[in-house]
Amino acid sequence: MTTTTTGTSTVNGSVGTAHTRVEGRDKVTGAARYAAEIPFDELAHGWLVVSTIARGRIRSLETAPVLEMTGVLTVLHHHNAPRVDSDYVGMLGTPDPTAAVFQHDRVPHMGWPVALVVAETPEQAREAAEALVVRYEEEPHDVAFSGERPDAYAAEGHMPAVTEKGDLDSELAASAVVVDAEYTTPEEHHSPMEPHAATARWDGGRLEVLDSNQGTTWVQGELAKMFSLDPDSVRVRSEHVGGGFGSKGLRAHQVAAVMAATALQRPVRVVLTRRQMFSLTGYRSPTTQRIRLGADADGRLRALEHRSLSLTSTVHEFVEPSAGVARVMYDADAHHTANRLVRLDVPTPTWMRAPGEAPGSFALEAALDELAEKCGIDPIELRARNKPERGPVSGLPFSTHNLLACFQEGARRFGWADRDPRPGLRRNGRWLLGTGTAAASFGAGAMPSTAVVTAEADGTFTVRIAAADIGTGARTALTLVAADALEVTPDRVHVRIGDSDFGPAMIAGGSMGTRSWAWAVTAAAAELRERLTLGTGIPPEGITVRSDTSAAIGALAQKERHSFGAQFAEVAVDVTTGEVRVRRMLGIFAAGRIVNPLTARSQFVGGMTWGISMALHEEAVRDQASGGHYGADLAGYHVAAHADVPHIEADWVDDPDPDDPVGIKGIGEVGIVGAAAAIANAVWHATGVRHRHLPIRPDRVLPAGAAAEGERDA
Amino acid sequence: MREFGYERAVDVSGAVTLLDTDPDARFLGGGTNLVDLMKAGVERPARLVDVRELPLDRIESAPDGGLLIGATVTNSDLAAHPEVRRRYPALAQAVLAGASGQLRNMATVGGNLLQRTRCGYFTDVTAPCNKRLPGSGCPAIEGEHHNHAILGASEHCVATHPSDMAVALAAFDAVVSYETAHGPGELPLADFYLPVGDTPHLETALPSGALITGITLPPAPVATLSRYRKVRERASYAFAIGSIAAALDVRDGVVRDVRLAFGAVSSRPWRATAAEHALRGAPADAESFAAAADAELAAAEPLPHNGYKVTLIRNLVVAVLTELTEEAAR
Amino acid sequence: MAPAPSTYSVITLNVNGEKYTLPVDHRTTLLDALREHLDLTGSKKGCDQGQCGACTVLLDGRRAVSCLQLAVAAEGRAITTIEGVADGERLHPVQQAFLDLDGYQCGYCTPGQICSALGVIEEHAAGWPSAVTADVRPEAGTPSLSAEEIRERMSGNLCRCGAYVSIVQAVAQAAEAHTAQSHTPETHTPETHTTRTGTAEDRSAEAKEATA
Repeated sequence: MTTTTTGTSTVNGSVGTAHTRVEGRDKVTGAARYAAEIPFDELAHGWLVVSTIARGRIRSLETAPVLEMTGVLTVLHHHNAPRVDSDYVGMLGTPDPTAAVFQHDRVPHMGWPVALVVAETPEQAREAAEALVVRYEEEPHDVAFSGERPDAYAAEGHMPAVTEKGDLDSELAASAVVVDAEYTTPEEHHSPMEPHAATARWDGGRLEVLDSNQGTTWVQGELAKMFSLDPDSVRVRSEHVGGGFGSKGLRAHQVAAVMAATALQRPVRVVLTRRQMFSLTGYRSPTTQRIRLGADADGRLRALEHRSLSLTSTVHEFVEPSAGVARVMYDADAHHTANRLVRLDVPTPTWMRAPGEAPGSFALEAALDELAEKCGIDPIELRARNKPERGPVSGLPFSTHNLLACFQEGARRFGWADRDPRPGLRRNGRWLLGTGTAAASFGAGAMPSTAVVTAEADGTFTVRIAAADIGTGARTALTLVAADALEVTPDRVHVRIGDSDFGPAMIAGGSMGTRSWAWAVTAAAAELRERLTLGTGIPPEGITVRSDTSAAIGALAQKERHSFGAQFAEVAVDVTTGEVRVRRMLGIFAAGRIVNPLTARSQFVGGMTWGISMALHEEAVRDQASGGHYGADLAGYHVAAHADVPHIEADWVDDPDPDDPVGIKGIGEVGIVGAAAAIANAVWHATGVRHRHLPIRPDRVLPAGAAAEGERDA
Repeated sequence: MREFGYERAVDVSGAVTLLDTDPDARFLGGGTNLVDLMKAGVERPARLVDVRELPLDRIESAPDGGLLIGATVTNSDLAAHPEVRRRYPALAQAVLAGASGQLRNMATVGGNLLQRTRCGYFTDVTAPCNKRLPGSGCPAIEGEHHNHAILGASEHCVATHPSDMAVALAAFDAVVSYETAHGPGELPLADFYLPVGDTPHLETALPSGALITGITLPPAPVATLSRYRKVRERASYAFAIGSIAAALDVRDGVVRDVRLAFGAVSSRPWRATAAEHALRGAPADAESFAAAADAELAAAEPLPHNGYKVTLIRNLVVAVLTELTEEAAR
Repeated sequence: MAPAPSTYSVITLNVNGEKYTLPVDHRTTLLDALREHLDLTGSKKGCDQGQCGACTVLLDGRRAVSCLQLAVAAEGRAITTIEGVADGERLHPVQQAFLDLDGYQCGYCTPGQICSALGVIEEHAAGWPSAVTADVRPEAGTPSLSAEEIRERMSGNLCRCGAYVSIVQAVAQAAEAHTAQSHTPETHTPETHTTRTGTAEDRSAEAKEATA
């Protein structure tokens, strides 16, 4: 199972050595079962019916003819569904009431669940769901997102809405060079390959939900609160997860499945269709961002303003905190940031890979590139001159800050020193060529978790933790961490995850999963080793130790804790067709200790691939007239395909976190940060035209063309 | 999706008889578009007549130098066929530019011609659409239309035809053969697709219940120097936003023969007859290529967000004809 | 007016060399028949619309998306799913390359990617050009299976985790091994087939003969 020698006598050194995935064989043979793939006797199939209006009330549902249809078992809707509680505080705050389905007649957005049809087979359920006639009282909707909204307001989310220091106007006035530009990013969707799916059933007085999610104890806690159940009577399992990227928390499908399983007293599976995923599983809000930078002639920033507007639904507040990235990356005498929000008749957005940082870094790092051009300074040198000594807003010291090491290594490997900074000069056939760079950062944190480690009588060890492996390689990483902590070879460690019965644990999110879980595993393993050294022998049931990292993590000193990275891209642009191709990318990261180089590289490269997709392809289009999506499928919503993705290299510099027992920071998100900006900056270098609106698509590139000599950059 | 009957046709006459007696029946070829539309609720047949195994899966050389392509030949077999690649390289390229390897293995030539638009309003049964529900309106005109038609559209529909293959077939004067319960017939591709007008739901001139049995490609020496270029919003596995099939015969710097057709700009593959006319006898240079494109595109009526397609097609004409001219000189 | 037709059939599917007889609603796709009726859940449902490739299987040796293939219309064809790719405990070289080179992350697109890769290798061996083949004329010969060719040919398989870079490496490695020892997967063609079967090479040859 390893790609390098683990040896027979090696008892540590697993962390940092490349290991293939412990579940890899199951994944390449099709044996790995995902949420919708576990059979049950008497399984019934639920199909959601969603609203066809964007705002209004349900006037009536004509359920009688549907209940007559072959195989139909029940139709749940707001008249007959169990009442649930959505007025509580869960692990990550108050819930998005979107998940509390069938509680009232209001329709807050297009694609809102109005009923669940349950039938014996999926074909019957689907036909009956399509046949259900729902009548509405339609009200005028408002889905128009723009930077001009008078009803926008400053919104906190999980960070202060506004930070201000210094006099922006006077510093801008005193600046030798000013950049003032608006950048926009579109609505983007997680689009994991596995649709959201859950099977709920009552088993001996316990509710069991087989689900695809990013945290089993998280979803267990939400369901228990929502259905007013004792948490111990709810078990959520999620062994394999076909991608999540922030979208797989509590959603309509689990709640509807639980309701139906309760009503029918038999197992019920609800799987979302790809189209339903567009309105029911969250997304990244579009953003309009204004950046103002003022600098001395040498590039030192005197003024920095980053204002971001995003949207949310009328039923729940979620902020895409794009201006937050400026609070970490660069200081200035006058430093103003603001995250603002407008509420529209749309579904609630949610966390999506690098929330805030992904769109925020596009705007800020593209603006830095514009500043570099105007100052006549190399973009890397500009970032070096503006490296903050302390948190620009917090004033706190950085735990580590290895951004410049990333740029140095990246510049060397990418061949940056040979770059002619002038745009529009390089041509290969019909293609104009250019290169660009951008900085990346993402917060490094840990959240309390519990883990259970058992020394088995046969000499092996079993680790139980309610972790989620959504493709990150967490299961394998934890195997390596446990092996080192137990001073055994990884083949003696069995890691079991994805079961809420294993106890509270951090979700796979915020680039904090593996670090949080590894901490708990390390703590339990350390205590177990102490117990074993007592030499009392292992009883048949094994020796089990449980850890809880709440106290240790609560004691961490306040610091600016971040991963950093340097992104490089080379692009080719045909301005006569508008086609843009990324030819190569390189990312160098300072992201803590790398547990498993094989899977870590995949994480970084995957994030950078998302950057290509964000820069060139992704845009969910909302039809203003209907309030719903246009082309809500994978042919209408383009994510990068094989042919869009060139060879991408990712590597890292030594950067262990000084306060983490393993040295981990977290790598799931930093790979996308700055990637779109590096590509956009490369497109400018190729063509001489700044593209400030994503995606950089042929219908934008073609009209913009290439700037003629002397009139580059409006 | 409603329930439906399924029958596997064993011969052409049986197949057309079945459809003739059941107006709610449809032919099933590879299913790559029909099954998708049935899932979406756009198509609701009561019976499917599976024609995939009919003995129409051959590609044969005609005595006159043309090709006869059976209707159930898969897209993959068409593109892989040596004579297609040798005599009509743009056709092979067009087919290869469409869909994915998996879909090309399933999709048939007959079905490809009959595939429906991928307009997002058409495929969403909750949206108005004159093509799907005549009289309900066309939201694309005021709404999302950056990939909609610039040529030959109407106030009732601005959808485009999604086929790449048909663009090359249009350039090469293909003729569609069909069979009905009342006898066989033929339609030149130029007449196969109906003008949009106020009947966007009527897409082809095929008689009701007709089964496409094959396509005849007449001999076209000009086609041996031909190319298909497709521009799309990702590098592969996406429908075109603009495409061109071009063939060129240049002697002594003068255009002797030329074929041009455009994709993703109209409800049908757009044969650029005005451009061809302008080019025959003209110098083979960028200036006349551009002038010819302009002659064709003078009829373009772009919407607010798809005007870039006019430039795109113009640029493609110049670029591809220039490439072919250079290739001819080698 | 024709009489109302029956809307279900009892069919026999040949999957990985095994025969399965089952009643199916005509609406049931091959993908759903595999997953819901035969408990062969290795073929994945990503979009159910032919837009992602996660459900890719081999039909008569050729890759196809099983979500747009009606089960009733698949009767008589040789179906190979991911469960039938390995030789017992021995992984197919394509599977082994995905495992060794980390050609996946969440694993959900993986069975489709692997089945598609098997098809790509066969199609390339049969001399098929692709959309990035510079010269499609037969005289130009078969292009080498470069990274660019692999990317184009694999583009019908989306991977949202972004594992494309290592998938391409895995396919290249496996294709090299294939060329070296011409290891082909079992297509599990049953003896009793009555419809067309065979590999891409056979079918191509068949089409070629027709032109003679």
